Amino acid sequence: MELTYDAMRHFADSWGLLGMLAFFLAAVLMVLRPGARSRAEDAAQIPFKED
Amino acid sequence: MRNQVEAFLVGVAAVLALVLAGLAADEGMRTHAWVLFGVLAIATWFLLRRVDFSGAKTVPLRSEVAATEPLYNDTVIRYGVIATSAWGIVGFLVGIVVALQLSFPDLNIEPWFNFGRMRPLHTSAVIFAFGGSALITTSFYVVQRTTRASLFGGSLAWFVFWGYQLFIVLAATGYLLGITQSKEYAEPEWYVDLWLTIVWVAYLVVFVGTLVKRKEPHIYVANWFFLSFIVTVAMLHVVNGLTMPVSLLGAKSYSAFSGVQDALTQWWYGHNAVGFFLTAGFLGMMYYFIPKQANRPVYSYRLSIIHFWSLIFLYIWAGPHHLHFTALPDWAQTLGMVFSVMLWMPSWGGMINGLMTLSGAWDKLRTDPILRMLAMSVAFYGMSTFEGPMLSIKSVNGLSHYTDWTIGHVHSGALGWNGMITFGALYYLTPKLWGRTRLYSLRLVNWHFWLATLGIVIYAAVMWVSGIMQGLMWREVGPDGFLAYSFVETVQAMHPYYVARAFAGILFLSGALIMAFNLYQTIRGRLRDEAPMGQSAIEGVATPAE
Amino acid sequence: MSDKKPKKENEALDGALPEVKADPVARGLLANHGKIERNASLLLVLSLVVVTIGGIVEIAPLFWLENTIEKVEGVRPYSPLELAGRNIYVREGCYVCHSQMIRPFRDEVERYGHYSLAAESIYDHPFQWGSKRTGPDLARVGGRYSNEWHVQHMIEPRDVVPESIMPSYSFLADKELVVEDPAAHMVANRRVGVPYDDAMIENANADLAVQADPDGDWSGLLERYPKAVTGDFDGDPSRVTEMDALIAYLQMLGTLVDFSTETPQQAATTDDGEAS
Repeated sequence: MELTYDAMRHFADSWGLLGMLAFFLAAVLMVLRPGARSRAEDAAQIPFKED
Repeated sequence: MRNQVEAFLVGVAAVLALVLAGLAADEGMRTHAWVLFGVLAIATWFLLRRVDFSGAKTVPLRSEVAATEPLYNDTVIRYGVIATSAWGIVGFLVGIVVALQLSFPDLNIEPWFNFGRMRPLHTSAVIFAFGGSALITTSFYVVQRTTRASLFGGSLAWFVFWGYQLFIVLAATGYLLGITQSKEYAEPEWYVDLWLTIVWVAYLVVFVGTLVKRKEPHIYVANWFFLSFIVTVAMLHVVNGLTMPVSLLGAKSYSAFSGVQDALTQWWYGHNAVGFFLTAGFLGMMYYFIPKQANRPVYSYRLSIIHFWSLIFLYIWAGPHHLHFTALPDWAQTLGMVFSVMLWMPSWGGMINGLMTLSGAWDKLRTDPILRMLAMSVAFYGMSTFEGPMLSIKSVNGLSHYTDWTIGHVHSGALGWNGMITFGALYYLTPKLWGRTRLYSLRLVNWHFWLATLGIVIYAAVMWVSGIMQGLMWREVGPDGFLAYSFVETVQAMHPYYVARAFAGILFLSGALIMAFNLYQTIRGRLRDEAPMGQSAIEGVATPAE
Repeated sequence: MSDKKPKKENEALDGALPEVKADPVARGLLANHGKIERNASLLLVLSLVVVTIGGIVEIAPLFWLENTIEKVEGVRPYSPLELAGRNIYVREGCYVCHSQMIRPFRDEVERYGHYSLAAESIYDHPFQWGSKRTGPDLARVGGRYSNEWHVQHMIEPRDVVPESIMPSYSFLADKELVVEDPAAHMVANRRVGVPYDDAMIENANADLAVQADPDGDWSGLLERYPKAVTGDFDGDPSRVTEMDALIAYLQMLGTLVDFSTETPQQAATTDDGEAS
């Protein structure tokens, strides 16, 4: 496969962009899913556990 | 036993520096080697005086160790608090000097103290000496408290601290001696860059090592920000610092990249130095110190995680907005603009998260000037992260680029966001680290708060006016179709604003000096006899933070 | 890895609601997410991957750009004296106040000349585009002022421009130019891609000395570095000072490309609606 400027650009504005968007959305969904709430609330208390 | 090895190693290094001074291939390296020798010789002398020959201490029994838990390594953090305050004052002071040099050019003292050598000294002193020391200090503190583990690697933390201070000294003296790569915010030459890389890897090892041995199952979000800051800065620093030395015994090197590639690499570095050094790292501070000072958990922990991922995702793209309308290809400029505008969202998400942590405790802002300082820093974060995307829009940038508008923007971020949150953290840390019941004086914190706020507001306002004015003057065309102003007329028009800017800097420095005095008295264990802040909350003030 | 997994799953479910613990799908998700949140090295790798992508996508294509940009006639490596002058420009931090990048705007083109092309800085290690114009752009300052003007301006800027706020650089006129090994500088440049040929490197010392020598034979120099400005620059023909080197550099800035004959292809990519 030849790495040309045009090929890089095509990848960058198509699959590359899509892949990153998917990763990002997955990360957001992972955080927002219902089961995450209690864990998040636990984690938010960490600074108060010990000094 | 104590300090013997250290004194020996530093002494050997001092001798090697002397050898280097003899072998140096150019004037820059020769002078710099002498500076290095001086620094290391003084360090050796101090270490020798502290060598303790009383022999190996008996190893304490396991039960004794357990009884003295938690064993946080706080000594290095105390040094860090002092270094941060001191570098802050140096950085602000040099800032005032360069501001005055722009107002009164006779204040330039050639060759060492000309503006061209002093400005990198100012930017590096504030960003890397003040900001960097603040980041290392607070990250060491926060990672121990939120993992309930002591720092990994024993005296490696000391190596990180002193190694970083040596980096600062070499960088700063280098600028004044004319040793520079001339890449903005990455000016140090190749050998200083190499040294920083070694220190930074040690920093990463200490930080990750502490995370790995944590006793808390979850990694608190502040540490996510700190970790991404350390990792990304390492990557940016190594790539942007790639360079070809003329001689391994000389100071001069030539950047591995040239022209447009060098420009994009540099601003990919430069913008992400803002994104990861001055934003992600300091957000780590925000997510620990605001909840602690307000005594409430962060408003939404889940929002903080989304904040993290979206911020690191978007920031890395934004660099090309520094190169609008240059010879950089158009697609890269547009990409940089789009991502910069998108950055506005996670930035404000983070700001809201920080400010809303105070919801239900707004009254504390009246009585607790430390919390007010932290809240104001987040407000400035919001302001400059709104202004930033706006400046990245090409039509706005066409006017603002090359003018003082950018300088004003940077300072509302650096003084308002980075400065204020660091001050808040220092005020929080000092009584804790030295075991004092409270700060020497909260009234002085209040003074600091207002001086700093006033200074920033004047600074930003003055730079808006001068920047927009100069941008408009440059492009103004007279009725005859020719340019209305010569360049030097636009320089002349800046004079009153430059004087006002220096005044704003003096206000900001005065606040920092008051802070230094306050912290010094606190460390000495003094308590100022003063009426508490806000009559309605006397009990709440008697013991800050808790 | 497999023997550790059950333990991690249990940890991941600490503090979860009972109904979540009972739900197999939630159990799986939690266990996986827990990996990110709990595993320091994974967090490290993921952050690194994410931040690397942007850089690679944006920067990497530029390294193939050279093939797609048409070369502009006239751009050449710096002569040894110009390179020494450029290093003084870098050393003194001139980029802090002076840009070398003319944008395609009407006022900038009128004030400074033809907008800058990428090709004009291909031999600039490092680039000196700058980011602030406390003073004017210098991308095409070459030939605009006389050598005498430059010398006077460096020694005392306010003698020639009363409103100037530039620092004085009089020490440059007193400082003999010292370049320990000019050839080594050119070799270092060649290693990073500047096409210095063997003849240029062999003649480094001679070229360095002859360019500022008013009585010198410049034929070899001009053959190797066309359009190089020659002769004494600082008003003191008896020696070569740092002032000579710096002015030699300033006087060639932006002069290599002849825009009366050159219509660069690249114009289409830089120019857009706002340029005129």
